Amino acid sequence: MSEQAPVQEAPASPPTELEKRFPGLVKHDERAGYEGHIVEIANLVEVATAIRDEMGYDFLSSVTAVDYYSEAPDAENFIEVVYHLYKSTGGGSLIYKVQVPRDNAVVPSLVPVYPGADFQEREAWDLYGVKFESHPDLRRILMWDGFQGHPMRKDWKEAYFEEEVKPFKNRWPEGQVYRIEDRNPFGKNVSYPAGFDPEGFQEIEDPNLYSSLERSAMEYVEDIDTEQVVVNLGPQHPSTHGVFRMAVRLDGETIVGLKPVMGYLHRNHEQIGERNTWIMNMPFTDRLDYLSSMSNNFGYALAVERLMGDKAAPPERAEYIRVLMAELTRISNHLWAIGFLLNDLGAFFTPALYAIEERELILDIFEATAGSRMMCNYFRFGGVARDLPEGILPKIKDLVQERLPRKVDELDLYLSQNELVRSRGEGVGVITPEDAIAFSASGPVLRASGVPYDIRRADPYSIYDRFKFDVAVRYHGDVYDRYMIRIDEIRQSLRIIQQVIKDMPGGEILNGKNPYQVRVPAGESYGRVESPKGELGFYIVSTGKANPHRYHVRAPSFINLTILEKMCVGQKIADVVVNLGSIDIVLGEVDR
Amino acid sequence: MTEKTVAPTVNSAGYDVPPELRQSVAVTTLDKIWNMGRRYSVWPMMFGLACCAIEMICTAASRYDLARFGMEVMRPSPRQSDLMIVSGTVTKKMIPQIVRLYNQMPEPKYVMAMGACASGGGPFKEGYNVVSGVDQYVPVDVYVPGCPPTPQALLHGLMKLQEKIDRESITSVRWYQKDDIPAIPVPLLGPDIIDPRDNPAIREATSRKPAAAAPAAPAEPDAAAEAAAS
Amino acid sequence: MYGIGILKGLWVTLVHFVETYVEDLRWLGRKRYFSPEGVAHRRSKDAKGIFTVQYPEEKLPVPEEFRFIPFLIYEVDEEGNKHDRCTSCGICAKVCPPQCIWIVRTEDPVTKRPVPEPVEFYIDVDICMNCGYCAEYCPFDAIKMDHDYELASYDRHAEHIYNKEKLSKPVSYYADIRPANYTREEAVRAAEEAKKAEAAAARAAAAAPAAGGDQPAGD
Repeated sequence: MSEQAPVQEAPASPPTELEKRFPGLVKHDERAGYEGHIVEIANLVEVATAIRDEMGYDFLSSVTAVDYYSEAPDAENFIEVVYHLYKSTGGGSLIYKVQVPRDNAVVPSLVPVYPGADFQEREAWDLYGVKFESHPDLRRILMWDGFQGHPMRKDWKEAYFEEEVKPFKNRWPEGQVYRIEDRNPFGKNVSYPAGFDPEGFQEIEDPNLYSSLERSAMEYVEDIDTEQVVVNLGPQHPSTHGVFRMAVRLDGETIVGLKPVMGYLHRNHEQIGERNTWIMNMPFTDRLDYLSSMSNNFGYALAVERLMGDKAAPPERAEYIRVLMAELTRISNHLWAIGFLLNDLGAFFTPALYAIEERELILDIFEATAGSRMMCNYFRFGGVARDLPEGILPKIKDLVQERLPRKVDELDLYLSQNELVRSRGEGVGVITPEDAIAFSASGPVLRASGVPYDIRRADPYSIYDRFKFDVAVRYHGDVYDRYMIRIDEIRQSLRIIQQVIKDMPGGEILNGKNPYQVRVPAGESYGRVESPKGELGFYIVSTGKANPHRYHVRAPSFINLTILEKMCVGQKIADVVVNLGSIDIVLGEVDR
Repeated sequence: MTEKTVAPTVNSAGYDVPPELRQSVAVTTLDKIWNMGRRYSVWPMMFGLACCAIEMICTAASRYDLARFGMEVMRPSPRQSDLMIVSGTVTKKMIPQIVRLYNQMPEPKYVMAMGACASGGGPFKEGYNVVSGVDQYVPVDVYVPGCPPTPQALLHGLMKLQEKIDRESITSVRWYQKDDIPAIPVPLLGPDIIDPRDNPAIREATSRKPAAAAPAAPAEPDAAAEAAAS
Repeated sequence: MYGIGILKGLWVTLVHFVETYVEDLRWLGRKRYFSPEGVAHRRSKDAKGIFTVQYPEEKLPVPEEFRFIPFLIYEVDEEGNKHDRCTSCGICAKVCPPQCIWIVRTEDPVTKRPVPEPVEFYIDVDICMNCGYCAEYCPFDAIKMDHDYELASYDRHAEHIYNKEKLSKPVSYYADIRPANYTREEAVRAAEEAKKAEAAAARAAAAAPAAGGDQPAGD
């Protein structure tokens, strides 16, 4: 495969604003297919602060590490930390990177500049072993304390390791079937370091978690001298929306400290993604935010198409179908979110049952088009997998023009003015706009705090610039507004779908053939979409091979959780589940 | 009417009830009555892991309505539940909790592995944090394949479980035997997940490793060097 | 007034409650339950009242594109012999995201050329993610996604690696569950066959004087 000339940049670009501001300290990233700047490690905090304060890039979208590792003797091995930034007023991205040696990966933490970097840096520490200096709480986040090694490093091998990349060679033509566990000495997915003595092993449960909880607990003075207790909510708890755990420090009923604990559903999405070929990752993205698989497909397809260039530009009809499906997904996701937020408020199941009825009708459409209710796997690079089946368009039309508007009004009438909902929601879990931006909150959480930032409008992708819709925004930043904004967004999505159906053109649904091996030119790309949960980004690095070198998911649920502690501290324990429910997390995406 | 509904389900074969009494009398075994009561009141635990949990909730909701099977009473506490539907990917970090929940459930208890992940690891099997099948730690009664199984597939699995309950007999079930049912040892989170039942095997492997693995790696170059020298 | 919102909410639930009876009355004389029209109505835009589909007595009809576990298609010739459509090209095994397909290909002991039909074909359904790639990328329409979802079992170790025997289903079954796809694919195949036959005829006509041109179309 011949290398395609990257379109993003000319070889000798004029110095950018940032390079003029920091001459010598900030270099242009000259690698083919890459963009952005490389910052000297000693000046990272200084440069980051200037970028935030002087240039207005106040929204830290994604922080991630990339392991450039090769066993070749003359290979240049290093770890790169990549930062993606945006302005909360809209517009394109600013990217900068720092490079550190693999054996001494120490980077200054950006948490003091962008609090939203907190969990993302912890993730990079957990999976890549990048030590973020002066990070307030650098612990493992997805794996447990005491786990051996940093598993995303390229030279780390898991117990079930078969081959470096897929497809595995022993599947065909002489595929003698086996179960991989039968090839492990323990019959399980485990391996132990040499000299390890299981009898003498004593498990200490989360020592770092509790000490960190104690450290961060706020000063709380009450007239009565009370004892503080630690309560663990989860991982098996009916109101944590999955296997999520919160360690809460309580004074009476007041929360003085809260630490989210995650990783109970960490199923190694990114590591498997780097072994998969490009196309294989599509069905895996379905299982990120399993309530809105079409949006996940959308983000991943965008990221890869951006690298592939014009040969993967989707035809008109495909774009319309994509938008149609993404908006239907948003409706079904928000219906679910509202139903289960009400569950958390104590209205057990009736609102959820009503919402699930409508969701089922939308899932029928997905099943008929894509073949599966939840795991749609419908997008391909340069289009969609198959055309809409016969008779589905009138069905969608009936649904979005007659039934759903009526049902949303009904839901609104049913819940919005209910005094119990209002008194439990108003003024609870307030996020100020400044905090929301600083903590990198996105999606409904950000917009309910009065920041009208919607990627569909702020940095339009696909054909969203053709449709009339309002960016839903509410100004109180409390639980009630986060509930109301979802109703607003359903209405806006219905508006978009009505326009889509009206203008749906005929023609092809895929640019070119649908090959089972796609070639993606070398380079990096960041594709982001406004998923129902917030900003869903895919950062991919290609070396021109059949598999991604780096495949990172900027998961909105995960990053929206960064602000949970701040939302909950000082409030009553009963409001924790409501605050969590109003963020609307999905654990498949939080833990990946 | 009664004859029609009662006779085929409850009346045992081999006990002939005179026709005039069929309206009011059914002869059956204690096992059947006992099992009938149990099969129509299986209380699942409100416990979801991943994608399959969404389909499980849908099964309990408007369209599929688990209440028709007497199973709508989802209990958030393991102490009140009869059935654990393991719905989703089981990770190493989660398996100690799952085993603990299983141990807390009172007998009779059943486990259903819903979906490919819970049955055998699923598409994420190769991952470093994924347990390849919950049955490596707790005994599983019914496996439901699919990724995810549709609600109807789950209902089919639940009916299979009811069939299994039907076949049990008071005289032979394990929870009425004299011996105690031992609790399953809870796995530990060490450098990797440690199943205490595997301890001897682990010790053997890890103590052997420096002896076996260390020479094994240089053995080949040595052999090659020797071959070259001779 | 405090409480109005709650009353509004209760009104909505009351309407839902009453609707179940009204809806049953409107269907008086027609079968609302246990009939295909009834099920179709309950999943249409006008669905009101009882929404439940009472599996197993009534089953939701699955759409044509619905996918569950893959299956292999064989064709039956006039003598009743089964011929796999599969040619062991291995594309499904290569494209399978979780790598759950194992194919054994053999050689003809005499000619040493690969035999097209696979000796063995395994799918581990405990790994399969029902993504449908194998069916989508199969160039011979030999592997397709099944509609049968009632697969629960008591023992995965013995039953959950499907072998070729368990996977194989006749082409008539496929035509039955996916009629539109089948018709479309058959039309393409027929067109290709016709083209091939035409080309062969032309070649035969051209090579007729030279003779001995009976090599099979070897791709």
